[in-house]
Amino acid sequence: MITAIPPIALTVGANRVVRGVAIPHPVGDPGEEPAVEFEIRKKLLEKALRALCEPIKEQTLFE
Amino acid sequence: MKTIRAVHYLNQFFGQLGGEEMANLPPRIVDGPVGFGVTLKGASGGRVEIVRTVICGDNYAAENTEELAKEVLRWVSETSPDLFLAGPAFGAGRYGIASGTLCKEVRGKLGIPSVTAMHPVNPGVEMAGHEVFVVEAKDSAQDLKRVLPMMLDIGIRLVDGLSIGNPGEEGYLPRGVRVNVRATKRGSARAVQMLLKKLAGEPFETELPMPTYDRVLPAAPVRDLARAIIAIGTEGGIVPRGNPDRIEAHNASKWCRYDIAGFDGLEKGDYEVAHGGYDPVPANEDPDRVLPLDAARVLEREGRFHKLHDWYPVTVGNVTAVRSAERFGRQMGEALAAEGVEGVILTST
Repeated sequence: MITAIPPIALTVGANRVVRGVAIPHPVGDPGEEPAVEFEIRKKLLEKALRALCEPIKEQTLFE
Repeated sequence: MKTIRAVHYLNQFFGQLGGEEMANLPPRIVDGPVGFGVTLKGASGGRVEIVRTVICGDNYAAENTEELAKEVLRWVSETSPDLFLAGPAFGAGRYGIASGTLCKEVRGKLGIPSVTAMHPVNPGVEMAGHEVFVVEAKDSAQDLKRVLPMMLDIGIRLVDGLSIGNPGEEGYLPRGVRVNVRATKRGSARAVQMLLKKLAGEPFETELPMPTYDRVLPAAPVRDLARAIIAIGTEGGIVPRGNPDRIEAHNASKWCRYDIAGFDGLEKGDYEVAHGGYDPVPANEDPDRVLPLDAARVLEREGRFHKLHDWYPVTVGNVTAVRSAERFGRQMGEALAAEGVEGVILTST
């Protein structure tokens, strides 16, 4: 789960949480150049893929 | 009776500074009441006077809750009020989180009685903690007139040091606090009464509700990404142009699946935001900002995982009933697992 508000994700029971950029654009940043923005998005997805491969016993925020 | 000086927290909408387009607004103060705050004096029979109003944009508040709390504690101390009021936030999650957190901080750090109101499933209820009174509200602002006098009544009694009854009688949400009371019948008699009612299928009220936690057993990790099918999905309401299946902008009744096989990204105009709870401009401009298809496709090509799944699940998580959301989640998970998907990356707005 990529979200700008990890506390809500944890409250409702999400187990693998990655902090996103902002509420209206969790995987983007309109303030950046398109190439930079794409890199931010790609990095967040890479982090999410790592989270999927991580064995966890409890809810975990992947910072 | 002395006048009760209160500080009131509002979001940008109730603070009359704008709608979703102003949701990034940092906190600010107005010395005096704002919006419906001006009616509080009359509604409290002249007892409660709003001496300061704090207004903050919903996005700013939810994304920077700690900073907001620091700022608000300073602004509240400056005015040394008798009471802190926040909201009502109704079903609004971001507003509720801010209201619950601020009430908890003001009550905990400054010792000032704090009252808010929201819908029972608002995540802000959990933020408010044991010491804050959260009046039970419906999920929309139509409930304002009913809820305000209840907030004021509890607030006034807290300041006056008068007792507050049970949650059921007073209309606030249970805080998880136990209070000693003298019952007319002894425990064994009450327990047998309850058991008889239960056996007869009649309603009864337990004296010790079991806590309910939204805990889900973590799924096993993906063993080998190089062989795994990965899906992307969102509750952010990214749908094809025109929202063909009419997913509701508010309290969605369904989730949908849309084909993305062969697409390298989501083009502006071909996809749009159906979600009614956040500023849609950035994601209408580039829907990949909420549903990251372009980057997922590149990672697939780079061999970071075997294959991106051919469709994505989507719904709108805006004041959506938790029960519906649970059902959507279960159905999405079953449908994806049945097609061999091993991992899902969801985004939440």
